Amino acid sequence: MNWDWSAVADFMPRFWDGVLVTLQVLVLGSLLSFSLGLVWALALRSELRLVSWPVGLITEFIRCTPLLVQLFFLFFVLPEWGVQFSALATGTIAIGLHYSTYTAQVYRAGIDAVPAGQWEAATALSLPVHRTWLAVILPQAVRRIAPALGNYVIAMLKDTPILAGISVLEMLQQSRLESAATFQYTEPLTVVGIAFIVIAYPASLLVRTLERRLAR
Amino acid sequence: MTAGLWQNWVLPGIWVTIQLTVYSAALAAVVAFGVGMARTHRSRAVRFVAACYTEVFRGTSALILMFWLFFVLPPLLGWQLVPMWAAVLALGLSYGAYGAEIVRGALNAVAPAQREAGIALSFTPWQRMRLVLLPQAVPEMIPSFCNLLVELLKGTALVSLLGVGDVSFAAYLVRLATQESAQIYTVTLVIYFVLAFVITRSMKALERRTKANLGVVAK
Repeated sequence: MNWDWSAVADFMPRFWDGVLVTLQVLVLGSLLSFSLGLVWALALRSELRLVSWPVGLITEFIRCTPLLVQLFFLFFVLPEWGVQFSALATGTIAIGLHYSTYTAQVYRAGIDAVPAGQWEAATALSLPVHRTWLAVILPQAVRRIAPALGNYVIAMLKDTPILAGISVLEMLQQSRLESAATFQYTEPLTVVGIAFIVIAYPASLLVRTLERRLAR
Repeated sequence: MTAGLWQNWVLPGIWVTIQLTVYSAALAAVVAFGVGMARTHRSRAVRFVAACYTEVFRGTSALILMFWLFFVLPPLLGWQLVPMWAAVLALGLSYGAYGAEIVRGALNAVAPAQREAGIALSFTPWQRMRLVLLPQAVPEMIPSFCNLLVELLKGTALVSLLGVGDVSFAAYLVRLATQESAQIYTVTLVIYFVLAFVITRSMKALERRTKANLGVVAK
C-alpha cells in the first residue's frame, strides 16, 4: 500500500475541471429529462392511440437498453445523419433522453394520484384544458413526485462517468488522463470515487427528508 | 454486416453478456440477502456495518468501482483480477447494495404478528427468518428484483470500457470494421431489449409460482 499525497495534490486542478463538467451535465441533463419526461407522460395519457402507443413502445425500449450503447449510438450515428454535436452535448442529450423515460413514469404515477374529484371540479368550473393542467393537476402532482425525481437526479449523477466512454472531460475521464500522464492510478481514481460518495450521500439524505416532509 | 463478424464477435459477445449477467446476479443476490437480513438484525453494530456497506456501494458509481477494482487493487494488493471478474465483482457488489434495500423493505413489510407468532412458538431467530419471514417476503421482492435485474443487464455494457468482449464491445469492433454505426448499434440495442424482455417474463412467472406456494393469486 503506497498512498502518495503529492499525486492527490497534482490531480486537484484536473479534478475541479471534472467536477464542473459533471455538474454541468447533471444540471442540463436533469432539466432535459424533467421536461421531456413530462412530454412523454402527457403523450402516454393521450386518447389517440396513434400517439400513446408508439411513445409507450419507444420509452419502454429506451428504458430496457443500456445508456452506454445509446450514447455510442448517438455519438457515432448522428454525424452520419449530418447532425454534428460536441461530445459534451451528445452526452448530455443521451443522459437526458435516457432518464426522461424514467421521469415519465414518475409523472404518470403523480398525475394518476391526483384525486378524481379535482378533475371533476375543474370540469364543473369549465376550466379550459391548459388551465386544468397548469393550475389544478400539475401543481398537486409535482408536490408528490419531487422526491422520486430527486432520486433520479442522484442516479443520473452516478451515471455521468459513462460519458467518459466518449471522452467527455468529466471526473472519471480527468482521472484517466491524469493516470495516463503520471502512471498513478490509485490516487486519482480513489479521489473520484470518494467524491461521488461525498456528493451522493448528503443528496440522498436531502431527498429522504424531502420525502418525509411532503408525505405529511 | 458479414456472417464472419456476426459469428466471431457478436454471438460470443451475447454469450459473454449473458454470463456476466448471471454471475453478477448470483453475487448480487448473496450480497442482497446477507446485507438485507443484517439490516434487520437485533445487534446495533451489525445493523450499522450493513448500513455503511449499502451507503458506500450505492453512493459511488458502478463504473468508478469497476475501474477502481481493475486499476487500483493491483498496485495496492499486488494481485490482478481478470477483467471479467473485476466486472462481476463490481456489478455484484454495487447492485447487491441496491438489492439489500429491497430485502430489508420486504422483511419489514411482513406483518409483525408473524414475527411474534414465531417468538411465541420459541423459534430461534434463524428459524424465524428461514421458516416464517423469508417465505412471505420473497414474493414481495420479486417485482423490485426484476427491475434491478434489468438494470444489472444494462450495467454489464460498462465492461466493454474495460475491454471485456461483451456484446457492446463486439458492436464497437464491428463498427470499426464496417464503418456503419446505425446498423450495428440498432442491432445491439435490440439484443439488449430482447434479453430484458426474457428477464421480465421469467420473473413474472417466478412471481406467480412463489405466490401460488403461499396461496396468493398474483395480479
